[in-house]
Amino acid sequence: MTTSLEEFLTARRAAGRRLLVPYVTAGAAPGWTDVVRAYADAGADAVEIGFPFSDPMLDGVTIQEASDRAIAAGTTVTEILREVTALDVGVPLVAMTYGNLVFQRSGAEFCAALATSGLRGLIVPDVPLEEAGDLADAAAKEHLDLVLLAAPSTSRDRLRQIAGRSRGFVYALTRMGTTGERGEVPEQAARLGRDLKELTDLPVLFGFGVSSPAQAAELARHADGVVVASALMRRLLDGARPRELGEYVASIRRALDGAVDREPDEHATLPRHRRRPDPQDQVGPLPRG
Amino acid sequence: MSISEGTLITPADFTGAGSAGDVSERGKFGVFGGRFVPEALIPALDEVAAEYEKARTDLAFIREFDHLLRTYAGRPTTITDVPRFAEQAGGARILLKREDLTHTGAHKINNVLGQALLTKRLGKSRVIAETGAGQHGVATATAAALMGLECVIYMGAVDCERQALNVARMKLLGARVVPVTNGSQTLKDAINEAFRDWVTNVDSTHYLFGTVAGPYPFPGIVRDFARIIGVEARRQVLELTGKLPDAICAAVGGGSNAIGIMHAFIEDEGVQLHGYEAGGRGLETGEHALTLTAGSIGVLHGSRTYVLQDDEGQTIESHSISAGLDYPGVGPEHAWLKDSGRATYHGITDAEAMDAFALLARTEGIIPAIESSHALAGALKLGRDLGPDATILVNLSGRGDKDMGTAMKYFNL
Repeated sequence: MTTSLEEFLTARRAAGRRLLVPYVTAGAAPGWTDVVRAYADAGADAVEIGFPFSDPMLDGVTIQEASDRAIAAGTTVTEILREVTALDVGVPLVAMTYGNLVFQRSGAEFCAALATSGLRGLIVPDVPLEEAGDLADAAAKEHLDLVLLAAPSTSRDRLRQIAGRSRGFVYALTRMGTTGERGEVPEQAARLGRDLKELTDLPVLFGFGVSSPAQAAELARHADGVVVASALMRRLLDGARPRELGEYVASIRRALDGAVDREPDEHATLPRHRRRPDPQDQVGPLPRG
Repeated sequence: MSISEGTLITPADFTGAGSAGDVSERGKFGVFGGRFVPEALIPALDEVAAEYEKARTDLAFIREFDHLLRTYAGRPTTITDVPRFAEQAGGARILLKREDLTHTGAHKINNVLGQALLTKRLGKSRVIAETGAGQHGVATATAAALMGLECVIYMGAVDCERQALNVARMKLLGARVVPVTNGSQTLKDAINEAFRDWVTNVDSTHYLFGTVAGPYPFPGIVRDFARIIGVEARRQVLELTGKLPDAICAAVGGGSNAIGIMHAFIEDEGVQLHGYEAGGRGLETGEHALTLTAGSIGVLHGSRTYVLQDDEGQTIESHSISAGLDYPGVGPEHAWLKDSGRATYHGITDAEAMDAFALLARTEGIIPAIESSHALAGALKLGRDLGPDATILVNLSGRGDKDMGTAMKYFNL
């Protein structure tokens, strides 16, 4: 039995590490698998691989453009899976795509194909909680972690259900809107991170709008880590090579590690995910020292 | 169950039975429908669904909608016997439901008035909408102007160019028109973009969805507001002929005019229901919008339905001479009506539709929308099959003024 995405991330978190999951759209550039390797070498804790879809409703312009390029270049699910099978980068790989690709044959068949190719997780942003039941069962059967998303608009009751059904980690949206780079860390992200940490022991990762190392570090203070997508894909679309993308991921890695180093934590003796936020503290628990 | 003398729509009209779509089942029509949207939109969809559930049984809301239909939209619309046109249909009797005579010239006005009222009930001040040919955009801009709502319309950049007149109309009505330059730059991309706006501005904004597609609760809401077409027509045909029609014909893009006229007849088992999709240049050319006739089951724009897609699940660009039918998806209730066998769907090519377009103009003095011309062409074929004793009700969903540019080119006028 290989290590699951959830076990892998939880173990890294237990070692005091802020989690970093960079993203790449498969097929958006020739040699995209080198990008995956560069991410892993630069300190990624998992890598998210986007399977391009023609109508990516939740994505902003950057990832739509990357998806269009990949599709125009003839990228197919079969081809992505073939290339992923040959990849061994030492950290789990997570597929991200839309429902229409997943259900094309059946959710069970898609999950089986991902698992066979060595992927450990699946994120489907247009399949929310009430549509996820069968897919969650199919994924579980293949030991594939189906990651659910939580938004700032999600009610507390739904957050509890999402935290209960999600596997691998909980993908927390920093804000309402689509993927894309933005400046500051919104208060609603801090609140969502705090609420989710109260509800679950699963790792909680922020995504959407993570656009600088400093911001990634700031966000990670409110959860367990970050997913970085558009900031990397914009660089890729602008012609950045795998090595340069790796360097950018390394800079985020350093910022996250620095955030850990910088912040003293008087509760460091407790496992981090067991701690509850101090009600006096508007931004949630301090990171581990 | 009338609420008062002379009303068009009653509480029973809203809740007409005969559909598998059940609110408690989260908008599932058999295996079709559902809510395939980002988590961030779920609370907004819940809010719309909850408010609509209250509204549809609220007499004050129904009265207000009814008042607007009568005094603003110009309802009831008449039915028209078209014997000279019907000569080409083997002598069958053809009756047109004249949605072309409504304010703004198409059936879209019914839905936008209902949803604009709903927007006010939701306490929201801004509406957004997608549009292909511009008809739903114009209708939305109209309702927004009437009710003092801020209005933003997403329209594919290619469509903006093709339908410059409608862009000007929307601007004149006070709407902001945003050309969408992503993807194929047509209706499906406008829908993607509208969803992106909604997820970002959901606190202030209602997405005034234009057809019976999309996530629950939109397919049911849009159907209910369009249902008046069939409710009126059923009474009118009974009054005129003493019996129900033998068949209903309607064009199907997303499917709102078709469900609007079909829904009141679903339980009348003797009434055949026929939907006509855009066959474009023909099935074999691959340039068509034959979603139900040649598509396969998928998930697009929030619901499980028939989709034009490749083996991988990437949507395929549709084609039709009629922008209103040029969409690679279709409402989930039509998918269910097809699979249950209650309705039958066929393709009509660009050429067949344009022939019917010209024929109705010459024989009856009515210039139909090219969308509606697909239903007219279907009725000509169906009449020949059913014989001279048959009565066929056709939804003339809109007028053809907007299509004069296309007609000038096509007929070299």
